[in-house]
Amino acid sequence: MAHGSGGRQMNQLIETVFRSVFETEQTVAADAAVLTLPSDRIAVSTDSFVIQPLFFPGGDIGSLAVHGTVNDLLMRGAIPHRLTASFILEESLAIATLNTLVQSMASAAQAAGVQICAGDTKVVERGKADGLYITTTGIGWLPPDRQIGPQQIQVGDAIVINGDLGRHGIAVMACREGLELELPFASDVASLRSPVLGLLEAGIDLHCLRDLTRGGLASALNELAAVGVGMDIEAKAIPVDPAVAGVCEILGLDPLQVANEGRFVAFLPTDQVAIALQILRQIWPEQEPRCIGIVQSATPGLVRLRQPFGSDRLLEMLSGEQLPRIC
Amino acid sequence: MTGVLTAKQERWRLRVQGVVQGIGFRPFVWRLARELGLTGWVNNDAAGAQIEVEGAIAQLQQFQQRLLVELPAAGRCDRLQQERLTLQGDREFVIATSMASEQSTAQLPPDRAPCSACLRELWDLRDRRYRYPFLNCTVCGPRASIVRQLPYDRNRTTLATFPLCPDCQREYQDPSDRRFHAQPIACPTCGPQLQLWDAQGQVLADRDRSLTEAIAALQQGKILALKGLGGFQLLVDACQTDAVQRLRDRKSRPHKPLALLLPDLEAVRQLCQISAAEAELLQSPAAPIVLLRAIASEPWLAAIAPDCCELGLMLPATPLHHLLSRDFGQPLVATSGNRSGDPLCWDEVDALESLSAIADLWLVHDRPIALPMDDSVTRIIDGQIQVLRRARGYVPTPIAIATPAEPLLILGSWQKNTPAIAADGQLQLAPYVGDLESLAARDRRQQVIEHLQTVMGLQPTAWVADAHPDAPLLAPTETRSGWHVQHHLAHVLAVAAEHQLQPPFLGLAWDGSGWGLDQTVWGSEALICQTEGWQRWRHLQLWPLLGGDRAAKEPRRSALALLWQLEGDRCWDLPELQTVFSPTERSLLQAWLSRDRGLKTSSMGRLFEAIAWICRWQGDQTYEGQVATWLENQCDPQIVGDYPLSLTETGIDWRSLLQAVWCDRQADLSTAILATRFHRSLIQLVVALAQQAGLEPVILSGGCFQNRFLLEGAIAALRSAGFQPYWAQQLPPNDGGIAAGQVLAVHWYGGS
Ligand SMILES: [Fe+3]
Ligand SMILES: [Mg+2]
Ligand SMILES: [Zn+2]
Ligand SMILES: [Zn+2]
Repeated sequence: MAHGSGGRQMNQLIETVFRSVFETEQTVAADAAVLTLPSDRIAVSTDSFVIQPLFFPGGDIGSLAVHGTVNDLLMRGAIPHRLTASFILEESLAIATLNTLVQSMASAAQAAGVQICAGDTKVVERGKADGLYITTTGIGWLPPDRQIGPQQIQVGDAIVINGDLGRHGIAVMACREGLELELPFASDVASLRSPVLGLLEAGIDLHCLRDLTRGGLASALNELAAVGVGMDIEAKAIPVDPAVAGVCEILGLDPLQVANEGRFVAFLPTDQVAIALQILRQIWPEQEPRCIGIVQSATPGLVRLRQPFGSDRLLEMLSGEQLPRIC
Repeated sequence: MTGVLTAKQERWRLRVQGVVQGIGFRPFVWRLARELGLTGWVNNDAAGAQIEVEGAIAQLQQFQQRLLVELPAAGRCDRLQQERLTLQGDREFVIATSMASEQSTAQLPPDRAPCSACLRELWDLRDRRYRYPFLNCTVCGPRASIVRQLPYDRNRTTLATFPLCPDCQREYQDPSDRRFHAQPIACPTCGPQLQLWDAQGQVLADRDRSLTEAIAALQQGKILALKGLGGFQLLVDACQTDAVQRLRDRKSRPHKPLALLLPDLEAVRQLCQISAAEAELLQSPAAPIVLLRAIASEPWLAAIAPDCCELGLMLPATPLHHLLSRDFGQPLVATSGNRSGDPLCWDEVDALESLSAIADLWLVHDRPIALPMDDSVTRIIDGQIQVLRRARGYVPTPIAIATPAEPLLILGSWQKNTPAIAADGQLQLAPYVGDLESLAARDRRQQVIEHLQTVMGLQPTAWVADAHPDAPLLAPTETRSGWHVQHHLAHVLAVAAEHQLQPPFLGLAWDGSGWGLDQTVWGSEALICQTEGWQRWRHLQLWPLLGGDRAAKEPRRSALALLWQLEGDRCWDLPELQTVFSPTERSLLQAWLSRDRGLKTSSMGRLFEAIAWICRWQGDQTYEGQVATWLENQCDPQIVGDYPLSLTETGIDWRSLLQAVWCDRQADLSTAILATRFHRSLIQLVVALAQQAGLEPVILSGGCFQNRFLLEGAIAALRSAGFQPYWAQQLPPNDGGIAAGQVLAVHWYGGS
């Protein structure tokens, strides 16, 4: 690829690789997309995706770039509407690879119910961009009365999780390290559109939603507890695939600290837990949604992990990578 | 009286600082003043005690002199200031009430086991305190565990809610009585009482009958939760192996040694070999658990301390324990009353819940505990006491160390957390808290820190913590600033602090692990400490820490990592490794190793575990130090020889050692030979390090030096090579003693 200088070559790249795949509303290239939304409450989220390897079991950087941003919109209860995408390509990236990733983005966008309406592409020198980087910005709209966010968490709320933990982080790591192992699981990367909208449509009174990406469940819950509430999490209620747990144990990782890309926690009134779990199971029959704990007022700012035998411990947000604790 | 009147009269004020509260100091002063015909008064103040005496100069001089010489045994005078006042013409000498003041530097004595006079009463049928479990006097009884605030007066202790009966009141007020001003004074009429509870908190019996029934339950193999002096203990008949096993199962403590409570020294002698120093330590007022070499071979002993050849024994520390252990007549297991991982229970209502899955019965009393304290653990090394866990009987005796000008709150380590406050040349250590993995332990740390601050009347302006990036600090609202100190620097400096050593010196910190300043996990440090700074001079060459904390639980991981470092992928051909790693483990770990992923370590603790595995240790480690203790116990002093270890410019190269151990294993030499030679190699290494550094003195610190064979061997070898060794004595050599080093690191080097 040698498209660094812009001009006709770049136009050609955009035409052949992107425009043909991303069905945009504009037929003529314009400087900006103009959108009409059903509500004047707009949600915007943006995220950059940098991942090695570009392809991993269950997904690739393309699907990740779509789902990551769309899921962030959904976590505010917004209906995802449009996406923009910006690419930084390394000169050495094969067009075929790019094509595959763009296809993957397109099908992810379709699954997530969004259109990619604007984009940008830059090419940088060999060795500068690990293949490619993608930045996506998502735009969604909110019904007038929808209030979902950390401030809405209430003491007594149930904490519900939509599936098992740790697949994404472990699958990517295993792939990156070339572990000669037939992993019986793949990344969980997925759009959270149907579970979230499914819960909302069923009238579940969602107080707060948070996707469990980098830093896993531990980081997400601690960020939310920082609004001034405490949480009690039942260690035995947290689903972890035995194969994921096995890899974590061998390598000394805590699945609660490992990244996911298709998992979220929902804070909702306790009396709606049963119906919420039923809805989640209907949407994703292969998943194990669970109620994993409650919000309490006893330990403001702290997440307590209750263990079936022995003492409660703090579920902590770590400062960086997982380090040995015994020091 | 004319003669006295004509002599030159003066009035003196004497201010005494040190341990003068709660030891019968004021009655002692009262008697002395009366004897010398002096008038005036004595009281406690927050700084210690204050005396004003008036009389003839010769008598006053005698008074001052005898005050120091005849001070009650538990007391200590650090400072005596004298000042002349104008005459007041008091009619007599009295004990005045205490004055509370802002800054409190008065020292409170620790809890003390019953004195012989009190014990005589305990067993005297005619005495009104016959079999009263809470009797005490001015020289013995509870102190630190009941004091909420200084100065030390009954109304600031947990006995404030027990009004004295007329008899006790008389004794308390009678200067000739040995309970004159004994603050915790109590009797069956007015003092605390026992109750025996079932799991629902229903009273099954009270007073002496609760003891009788508790004994009967113990004889049936029941597990008794006992509210002792500083908290709960779990008691069970040591000789009933199935009962002991039940306690182990319920406490999730499969192998860790259990302490034994024995009625008297005679009973100890039947189980263990004891030196004069050990006998003295057992019978000391602190009445700690003492680690002793077992000589008995009763089958039940194997279940008490499975991997050890030492037993932890203690004598009764309170009248209640005297009654229980004498009535029971057999060795009792007496282990900390806590749920696995949690800190000690200290409140009977909480204990009902938190010990519900462990105990069958609760023997409790209504004297509240102000400061929860575990039993202390000690031993004798080279004729000197070494405290391994510092709590009941030692807290709150301060330790004199060099401190910075500003008071510091010392947060201690992650494991065996023991926080402290450092101010004015003194380190005030809180009782041992436990491992901070448990949330309750973190709360307990906060609680004991607040208690220390209240009792000392100090609000430290800064904190000191470990250099680990996730080291648990204080509450999220904490606003004070702080310092971080590397774990092994703290280990070394803790020993320097208690012995008041000055740099330069060589310090060895051989330990399980501590987060290093180079993003690796340290644990075999040889530090050179100078006035201007410190240097990590030598350490074991690095190897991969397979699985982080999992490595500390599974010795096979350290063995694999070391053998892989030696042999590369060929190590997988070893049948010994093939049998202990599953194919999945193998493929993951092999990839991990060959791609050089994960953290690196130089931990001596992990080396011990790897060698133990090669010495045929099987399985996981269920408590910290288990494998190293097992390896130590394989040693036979008769066996000679050692393995080569090369000391290079870059570090301590362990490959030759590992190779040699492996060869001996292949040659099917006994575990005793392998273990002894390994220990001897490390003793040689200590001397080689000292010689190459050419520094005096040499400090031996860190968890690995809890290994008696290693420590005693290193002390002897260093001495015969002309070096002066120092090791932890008043403070634990393990992470429980870190606080002193954290202070000194800030004082000398401004952290690390
Ligand atoms: Fe340590
Ligand atoms: Mg995101
Ligand atoms: Zn006494
Ligand atoms: Zn009384």
